[in-house]
Amino acid sequence: MTPTYYLVLAAILFTIGAVGVLVRRNAIVVFMCVELMLNSVNLTLVTFSRINGTLDGQIIAFFVMVVAAAEVVVGLAIIMSIFRTRRSASIDDANLLKY
Amino acid sequence: MIDSPSVSYTGLSPVLFVLGAALVGVLVEAFVPRAYRWGVQLGVALAGTLGALISVILIAGRNELTLSRAVAVDGPALFIEGTLALLGVLSLLLLAERSPDMGGSAFVAQAAVPVGTVRDRQLATLTYSQTEVFPLATFALAGMMIFAASNNLLVMFVALEVLSLPLYLMAGLGRRRRLLSQEAALKYFLLGAFTSAFFLYGLALLYGYAGTVDLRGIFDQAAGSEKSDALFVIGLAFLVVGLLFKAGVAPFHAWTPDVYQGAPTSVTAFMASCTKVAAFGAIIRVLYVGFGNNDWTWRPVLYGVAIVTLVVGSVLALTQTDVKRMLAYSSIAHAGFILTGTIANSPAGLSSTLFYLLTYGLTTVGAFAVVMLVRDADGEAGHLSQWAGLAKRSPLVAAVFSLFLLALAGIPLTSGFTGKFVVFRAGLEAGAAPLVVIALVASAIAAFFYLRVIVLMYFSEPAADGPTVAVPGLLTTISLAIATAATVLLGVAPGAVLDLADRAALFVG
Repeated sequence: MTPTYYLVLAAILFTIGAVGVLVRRNAIVVFMCVELMLNSVNLTLVTFSRINGTLDGQIIAFFVMVVAAAEVVVGLAIIMSIFRTRRSASIDDANLLKY
Repeated sequence: MIDSPSVSYTGLSPVLFVLGAALVGVLVEAFVPRAYRWGVQLGVALAGTLGALISVILIAGRNELTLSRAVAVDGPALFIEGTLALLGVLSLLLLAERSPDMGGSAFVAQAAVPVGTVRDRQLATLTYSQTEVFPLATFALAGMMIFAASNNLLVMFVALEVLSLPLYLMAGLGRRRRLLSQEAALKYFLLGAFTSAFFLYGLALLYGYAGTVDLRGIFDQAAGSEKSDALFVIGLAFLVVGLLFKAGVAPFHAWTPDVYQGAPTSVTAFMASCTKVAAFGAIIRVLYVGFGNNDWTWRPVLYGVAIVTLVVGSVLALTQTDVKRMLAYSSIAHAGFILTGTIANSPAGLSSTLFYLLTYGLTTVGAFAVVMLVRDADGEAGHLSQWAGLAKRSPLVAAVFSLFLLALAGIPLTSGFTGKFVVFRAGLEAGAAPLVVIALVASAIAAFFYLRVIVLMYFSEPAADGPTVAVPGLLTTISLAIATAATVLLGVAPGAVLDLADRAALFVG
């Protein structure tokens, strides 16, 4: 079992996340795509940790999880406050600021 | 058995002061009665930032890596920390402003109440407001200080989030035009989270390449390595995307105008000055310490990015009709000017970047403070047409704003000229003459839109239903006075501060 496959998988997941952020319309889905990107990074880190034979990568993955959790708190608060006013979580509706 | 790392509390004291103030601020929010909270919070936050400023002055000249090499205490770090503490004090004074003439506090009483409900209208008539904004601002400030001082990509990432998350919230706390404010917060948050994922992926790839996230470790690995450069180059690219986003550099600038316009102006002042300083502090540390020996990988790219930034910032600013948006595009153009110095990869590039950040930050805080003063019935009068003939209503405010605009344009005898002079010289010495020429053209274009506002204020007839100019409260007055004095002083007699930046321009480790 070569660890490289995990790196490829992580890269694919990262790309899916990045494309999702760019094409999806619902703020919650966009946010889930960001989380997917963060988790693909975790997979990359753990795989490199295995390849390099150091534990740093696994430790970093813990930090990433904690930061992602903090980001969820802030992000959902912002999305909720907008949703309660507009009754919609579509990011296309948030178009008052332009040009 | 893991040895616990040695901690240099003295070297970390600027960060500890601000972080301590933030934590105390959370407790104050929980335990102090509402009637006293505003004063106590302001006192705590100011004590923390002033403490940081004083400790930076006391420990100037220290050179060490602490917390097992994770955080650097060296010239650039301390210079940036001092700059951030100073700008933090000025921004906190603006954030705390609640003089009735300036429409009371700029922050919503209960951010969770939906816009347009009965409760929301009730709250809008009350004068009280929540004071969470002080701990949020001090947390962000502490994150910025660590961001620019971290010698380790993981610490840098955590600091990036510590500075970003409070800013996302602060952008959405506006008392007036709440929909715009919330929209700014949403856009800032989604784009910010997106790019921090890029930063993180870059970190992971560099970890794969070097086996460490220590900047010096990456430097050493890259020096004598036979490994494929693919991981290294792609990792660096992702990392730099995340950093350039925070600095508001084109093509990662799209959030800047929207967020600057939608956020409460005092928050915009804080973001525009402090975030830019911290982001460039981090960019320059990553590039010089971690990748200084491989500048063939990043210099050509940043060369192009600087040109795009200069053109986008100065040309799009021409078309703006809102003063906050215009200042936002001007801040993008300024990011381009700073990059002109940064790409030099020399001590001159470093010291000129540090000096430019200081002058730019002070002028920007002042400019946004003036924007807070020009008001009509529903808050700040942002549209440029409303600024026509302002000099006839309030000669002093118009004069001060003109000074800031001239400084941003880089007219001699203001701080902006000195700043531009040093970054262009550093760029020239590093052989980037074409870039410097483009930067000069861009600053000529930029001068046009700054001067257009000055002409509008002085040579147009004021509209009959134009905005009034509020009498600034005490806090805004202090902040404006310091920013004005610094803008003039750094233009007339910049020698001492330039010396300081020169002496600070040495990375440790």
